[in-house]
Amino acid sequence: MSQTESAPALAEGVDVPTPSVRSTALLARSLRLWRTRIGAFLTLILVVIALAGPLLAPHASDDFIAKPFSSAAASGTVFGTDYLGYDVLSRFLYGGRSILLTALVATVIGVVLGVVIGLVAAYARNALDDILMRLMDVIMAFPQIMLALVAVSLVGAKNSVIILAIALTTAPRVARVARGAAQPVVERDFIGATEAMGVSRVRILFGELLPNILGPMMVEATLRLTYSIAVIAALAFLGLAANPDAANWGIMIQKNQVALASEPWGALLPILAIALLTMGTGLIGDGIARTAAGIDRERGDE
Amino acid sequence: MTTDQLPAGETETTGGGAAVTVRDLRISTTSGVEVVHDISFEIAPGEVLGVVGESGSGKTTVGLSLLGHARRGLKIAGGTILLGDRDIRAMSDADLRRLRGSLVSYVPQDPASSLNPALRIGIQLREVLEAHGSTDDKENAARIAEMMREVALPDDPAYLKRYPHQLSGGQQQRVGLAMAFANRPRLIVLDEPTTGLDVTTQSTVLTTVRELAQIHDVAALYVTHDLAVVAAVATRVAVMYAGRIVELGPADKLFESSGHPYTRRLVGAIPRLTGGRSLVGIPGHAPSPGKRPAGCAFGPRCRLHVPECDEKVPDMVPLGPDHSSRCIRAHEVVDFKQDDYGDPVALPEPQAEKPVLTIENVVGYYGSTEVLHSINLTLEQGEILAVVGESGSGKTTTARAISGLHHSWTGSIRLGEMELAKSARARSTDIRRQIQYIFQNPYGSLNPRKTIGESVGQPLSVFKVASGKKADAMVGEMLEQVSLSAAYARRYPDQCSGGERQRVAIARALIAKPSILICDEITSALDVSVQAAIVELLGELQRELGLSMVFVTHNLPLVRSIAQKVAVLADGSIVEYGETAKILANPQQEYTRHLISDTPSLEVATGEVASGAGVADGERPE
Amino acid sequence: MRFLRGGGIAGFVIRRVLLGLLVMLLVSIIVFVSTQLLGDPARAILGRDATPDRLAALQKQLNLDSSKVGQYFHWLGGLLSGDLGTSLASSQPVTSVLGARIANSAVLVVLAAVISVPISIAIGSYAALRREKVFDTVSSNLMLVLAALPEFVVAVLLVILLSTNVFHLLPAISPVPPGTHAWDYPDELVMPVATLVIAVAPYVSRIMRASMIEVLESDYVEMARLKGLPERTVLIRHALPNAIGPVFQVIAINLAYLAGGVVVIESVFNYPGIGLALVDAVNNHDIPVVQALAMLIAAVYVVLNLLADVATILVTPRLRTRL
Repeated sequence: MSQTESAPALAEGVDVPTPSVRSTALLARSLRLWRTRIGAFLTLILVVIALAGPLLAPHASDDFIAKPFSSAAASGTVFGTDYLGYDVLSRFLYGGRSILLTALVATVIGVVLGVVIGLVAAYARNALDDILMRLMDVIMAFPQIMLALVAVSLVGAKNSVIILAIALTTAPRVARVARGAAQPVVERDFIGATEAMGVSRVRILFGELLPNILGPMMVEATLRLTYSIAVIAALAFLGLAANPDAANWGIMIQKNQVALASEPWGALLPILAIALLTMGTGLIGDGIARTAAGIDRERGDE
Repeated sequence: MTTDQLPAGETETTGGGAAVTVRDLRISTTSGVEVVHDISFEIAPGEVLGVVGESGSGKTTVGLSLLGHARRGLKIAGGTILLGDRDIRAMSDADLRRLRGSLVSYVPQDPASSLNPALRIGIQLREVLEAHGSTDDKENAARIAEMMREVALPDDPAYLKRYPHQLSGGQQQRVGLAMAFANRPRLIVLDEPTTGLDVTTQSTVLTTVRELAQIHDVAALYVTHDLAVVAAVATRVAVMYAGRIVELGPADKLFESSGHPYTRRLVGAIPRLTGGRSLVGIPGHAPSPGKRPAGCAFGPRCRLHVPECDEKVPDMVPLGPDHSSRCIRAHEVVDFKQDDYGDPVALPEPQAEKPVLTIENVVGYYGSTEVLHSINLTLEQGEILAVVGESGSGKTTTARAISGLHHSWTGSIRLGEMELAKSARARSTDIRRQIQYIFQNPYGSLNPRKTIGESVGQPLSVFKVASGKKADAMVGEMLEQVSLSAAYARRYPDQCSGGERQRVAIARALIAKPSILICDEITSALDVSVQAAIVELLGELQRELGLSMVFVTHNLPLVRSIAQKVAVLADGSIVEYGETAKILANPQQEYTRHLISDTPSLEVATGEVASGAGVADGERPE
Repeated sequence: MRFLRGGGIAGFVIRRVLLGLLVMLLVSIIVFVSTQLLGDPARAILGRDATPDRLAALQKQLNLDSSKVGQYFHWLGGLLSGDLGTSLASSQPVTSVLGARIANSAVLVVLAAVISVPISIAIGSYAALRREKVFDTVSSNLMLVLAALPEFVVAVLLVILLSTNVFHLLPAISPVPPGTHAWDYPDELVMPVATLVIAVAPYVSRIMRASMIEVLESDYVEMARLKGLPERTVLIRHALPNAIGPVFQVIAINLAYLAGGVVVIESVFNYPGIGLALVDAVNNHDIPVVQALAMLIAAVYVVLNLLADVATILVTPRLRTRL
């Protein structure tokens, strides 16, 4: 760096120890951005609704209130009744939990799997790398929703099947990003330094490499969570849920869609919920990405 | 646009005046922090002005301002830049565009990234003619051919159809030069055009610049961090420090009797081919913009510092015709003899009877290509062996093979009596401990996510030397030993300067008490003053700990100050091998002679003969 | 890939096609194994209370009585000769069941691609040029929000906005009757295509913006400006060709994604394409149709990626000349 004068001379700051940011503090620091705050706020609200909703619901999720698609006034409820004559608000408060939890579990499995595969491939730099990434290519040839559909049709709409199908299709996409992020790091000399010391491969992968790609991986994880929520909601929307009449945002949208013109709340509430939730996670991801990029620029060591 | 040229009347220089005149130029960030202060200089037609400074001194920023350009986040805040008698700052964007590439042209630092990778070089050359009004294809083709010949490149159409990546670094830079001279500019700004080039290539590029500037009567501003390069190319020199010109004067005056303590220290930090003297670094580092003191910015690092220095920024003090210095004690400084560099080095006598490292018939490969041809070297106990060569000579491959980072070789490498396995993983823990490697780039060799303490302490746990409190104490001690404080253990690499990081890398290499240290170009990414300090430190440690060391470098003069023996590598073979002093004073091989003569050095500029005689000792400034 | 070199661009294309075929072969194995071997398809189709006779008859129809490997090669052979088997639901050849459906979906995807790619490249480039100005801020944030929305959410929101509650401009559903062509009903195409465009545009425009910004900050663009080239030349000749390279891959991935995305969107609009066919086939356990569609969608992915690789090579001399 000494021979290059980096563009704004300020960025150099040899004697200004910039407040150093580690990946653990990345999230906290990204919260200084408004987009992250809005995203976190939206996500928090929707998570609370999804998790605590059943406690707040005025009715049980299968209490018959009035005839289907009754208006709020006619049924004495806040948002009217749905296609089964149940209370829309209660169905809504019950309907987020399984989507959120399924998406979360599937994403975590998929991201962990993908990161491991990506790191191994990036570090191997040989035929193993080629083989792993070609395999990922093969899996990626199946769109997430299609693979989930086929799996559900073959084995049945169990949560475990949906989780596996989503995790399996998430992993290769994460692996690609992880490998891409790890490749330049693998070339850096500190990896050579640890190799010369004889540090074990596992330690190099998870002790040296992983901390250096945590930033992009956090971004990727939030992005994947956004997609998982979308796919799981879409599956329910397509009518492929364990119980086709369960209280579930996706099912609510599908079944209450027919009354959009007259009694829109049954479809509109879950639509807004899913939209705000995915927007929230999307904003968080973008906030982290911007913060990580900002840190890299500040550090100026690339 | 055929009427793209400036009106004839305006292109006339005011009779015999300067090609470019800069007055009180100030450049600041868009948020208002000034990074370059009160720059004034002029350049006559045909003259080369060298601008020397270390990283962050603002030299590139000044260079670009002559084209009316400021990089993103910066703006030209004040002053005048007169090209002939036209003020660049008063020009409209359209006028500036017409000016760039025709009256003022620019040669960038890194030709590899400055040529468009997606365009053939012929197109990139032609467009600079077309953009300034020459639309006749035939004329342009002839002009391009002429330009190519001037910079000693082939002018055939097939060559012009090449893409930048199909050219070597030196060829790319000559394309850059051809482009810059294409429209016969009045002023040309060269921004470290030889950084990253081998000395041989550098020397031809420098010659080309000098000749073209002279032949075409072009004024040139040559920006560089390398005093020796300036000595080879410039007639006058401006030394920049912390955004200011601190000394301005004829090149020879500056090197012989400089009038600013910073220039003196800089000269003292430069390794010299003649006379093995220890290098003296400058402690501390330059203040960054916004943190610069009210007084002299060099004050805190200056040995001649007196309280008055801190009162206000010193004015330029005239010291003679065309020579001035920004130091209140300039008249005292200029009278000191230039001896601010170290005493003759007394390199310790190696113990010759027992080599610690023996390399026999090592042949190295990259894939199926043989890159090392039968290398034979020995390293004695307490010896520093320099391995010198240009890029691609195989010097780094040799070093990596010794440390087990390059696996593809045949032959024998022995540590004492012990035969070494090819890869580090296949070697025993103890062998890995005994051979330690320090990398070229201190920005890449430390894990940015680990504290300095964790990085330095890692060998202790990997080699099972110590753990817990004991390890922490050893890390602290080691950091003190490389002239950092124990408090650095809690910092992260991004909170350290380049020189500090390299000290950390040295600490990590030494903490496990190795018997051999392999240093791979460890100073090439550092400023000269920092390089000097690192070499100083290595010398001390070597004497103190009796280390044996393989010192890989492309910097021939540096070898003189540190190594007892030198091996010169070219194209994977050892060309010459023996005692440093003998080889540098009396090279036996043509290749070594070329390498020495192509290496820019102060001696050439100051008229010292390359006969090995050191500079007479004199009175020290204190 | 690394050990096979030479042959210039033709050689590269041949290697890439061979690799694509290998991927398709693996895809076919996965499709076959997952549809035919996980559980008993005949039982899955007939349900738990099937009589042994009907089970046996169906197993024969599905060719389940031969060995698994034999079944695979029989199926693969049919696939290669254009015989995709017989739909269990309609007892028609799969090819005739899907023919019109494929055409309908192709209309959607091609229209969406033709509209979204140029628009998003233009938006991304312009945002990069006006970096951190109003247009960039607005478009970037809008794209960020749109990227996060699942496409069925977008679809339903469009329905609410344009055909039910707010405005009554367009038909809420797009049921192209059998025997007619999708392009005969342009008003029915608007909303499905718009949904697909909204699904793709954010990704392409964001990568285009990022790529363009990187190129605009490069040394060679600075150099082009310092050579005094007109800004138009700097942008069109120096910046754009370098910025477009990385975008091809993203376009390919997104268009391939469209092929999957139509599944949901066609359901929302009741549009008779492959997506709706897949949902129906899955609900009916119509395995030959599921297999054919899985192979088709995977093939689209492989072909698009192949095209993107070739396009990237063509605009990147550094890669091209090394072949």
